[in-house]
Amino acid sequence: MRRRLADRTFTLACGLAVAVALVPLASLLWLLLARGLPVLGWGFLTGLPKPVGEAGGGIGNGLLGSALILALASALGLPVGIGAGLYLAEAGERPLAKAVRFVAEVLGGVPSIVLGLAVYALLVRPMHRFSALAGAVALALVMLPTLARATEEALRLVPRDLREASLALGASEWRSGLLVVARTAAGGIATGVCLALARAAGETAPLLFTALGNQFWNLRPDQPTASLPVQIFTYAISPYPDWQRQAWGAALVLLLLVGLLNLIARFATRSRLGAGAAR
Amino acid sequence: MTEAVLPVAATRHRSLAPRRTGDRLWRLLLALLGLGVVLALFFVARELWELSRPSLRRFGLSFLSSTDWDPTSDAFGALPFAVGTLWTTAIALLLAAPVGLGGAIFLAEMAPPRLRAVLRFPIELLAAIPSVVYGLWGLFVVAPLLRAGLEPRLGALGLSIFEGPPVGVGILCAGLVLAVMVLPTLVSLSIDVLVAVPRSQREGLYALGATRWEAIRLGVLPTARPGLFGAGMLALGRALGETMAVTMVIGNSPELPRSLFATGATLSSVIANELTEAVSPLHQAALAELGLVLLGGTLAVSAVGRLLVRRTLA
Repeated sequence: MRRRLADRTFTLACGLAVAVALVPLASLLWLLLARGLPVLGWGFLTGLPKPVGEAGGGIGNGLLGSALILALASALGLPVGIGAGLYLAEAGERPLAKAVRFVAEVLGGVPSIVLGLAVYALLVRPMHRFSALAGAVALALVMLPTLARATEEALRLVPRDLREASLALGASEWRSGLLVVARTAAGGIATGVCLALARAAGETAPLLFTALGNQFWNLRPDQPTASLPVQIFTYAISPYPDWQRQAWGAALVLLLLVGLLNLIARFATRSRLGAGAAR
Repeated sequence: MTEAVLPVAATRHRSLAPRRTGDRLWRLLLALLGLGVVLALFFVARELWELSRPSLRRFGLSFLSSTDWDPTSDAFGALPFAVGTLWTTAIALLLAAPVGLGGAIFLAEMAPPRLRAVLRFPIELLAAIPSVVYGLWGLFVVAPLLRAGLEPRLGALGLSIFEGPPVGVGILCAGLVLAVMVLPTLVSLSIDVLVAVPRSQREGLYALGATRWEAIRLGVLPTARPGLFGAGMLALGRALGETMAVTMVIGNSPELPRSLFATGATLSSVIANELTEAVSPLHQAALAELGLVLLGGTLAVSAVGRLLVRRTLA
């Protein structure tokens, strides 16, 4: 009887833990919708921030800046990250590959503010200028571990036979690797790219002293550039109720973007690799 | 004759040496890209080291033990921030560990597969929410709740860790928000570890007439312990380095926190706060050295965590 009671209590406690874990999520999502939705509108999404005291204003330059920084970060990070994943999948369990795999995992655990600090020392100080490019380098560092890992996992799901068939037909190693194996795993790699982008899109800390921020439109990579997360931060800690209101709207937009990228990531794997695995 | 030919072909095959220039280049390129990741980490460490040189030279080891942080008089010590980081992460893990472990046990061992799939999604969604959004939530939801509800009640207990005016933002608030943020890491990794424990260990105990609680306690948890510990370490690593949400809710005062209600700062939050305004090279160097301390701490914690989780999963 006591054993049964202990069992029931334990089950109840564990179920309760799940419920407790979901409370913050519910609160967060509810408030984002309740406070963020009323702010959204065409002017909010496309406008420039207005000076304090003037009502209205938008996050258009932040959205554009985020897009610019992410595009530059992808140009820098995707080749290295995906390439590292290809290397890890090909090299398997060699000592060097094991070392690279471990470093990639550890790099993923480095606080993003530390990455921003390093890029500040590497680029911003010597150039005497905050820039979109510096922000992009920092975000590329954020993306690397996710990319390498997702690419390796996707490639490992490709059946060996496929690669061997290609080699047996006389195709060279790089052709088999790139045109047969990597192509088959394209869906999985795309998933990794989306996840890495989703993570980078929400990062604020590495941008604070690399891309800094900007009150105006900017498309030049060598200039300080606004970004959505930094705008949310600035608005949230400001003492002005109107800016705080806009912070909720901007946060909702950011969450929708990140959520969309995550959804695409799931979809990419399911449609392509799912079919491949079933075959 | 054939005997002479065969070994040659066999060795050539066994060595797997690429024969064509294209293949050689391909292998070289991939190895270089792989090394690029290693180089990235190396550069991060080196740049921090270079930037923090003036501070390393001037303060030496006393940097770690000094409690003074006053940029106007060139006094820099890391202790208030190290203590702030330790306090906030300790609160976060103490709160998140039981919830995370209980939740993971429920999802891995008790919930029917369909419920598990349905419930795992929102918990993973928690992991995808950007830090700055948590900060916004912490600042406008958690802090007011603490100020109006929880802190006055805790203060009435008369304990010295609950002293001071209930201002909302501060160490306790940062710890609470961090707890929510590390929860998904904890739950996801713990589920992976629990699922990896062989079924037979549960079934053996059920066959002996054990209840579910007994089967989990005696058959699952002992095997899973190193992996669960590793999951905790990885969550700890995330909490140590978390920046934005903490910066927004901790109050940012560079002093040794006297109680959980006090405002404070962490290693990461002070860097976020002061670097763009740090004009003197020594101030920048001191901030970079804080980054170095943070890097060392998180590297150690996450390396140990990875090894533990991997050993259990393998």
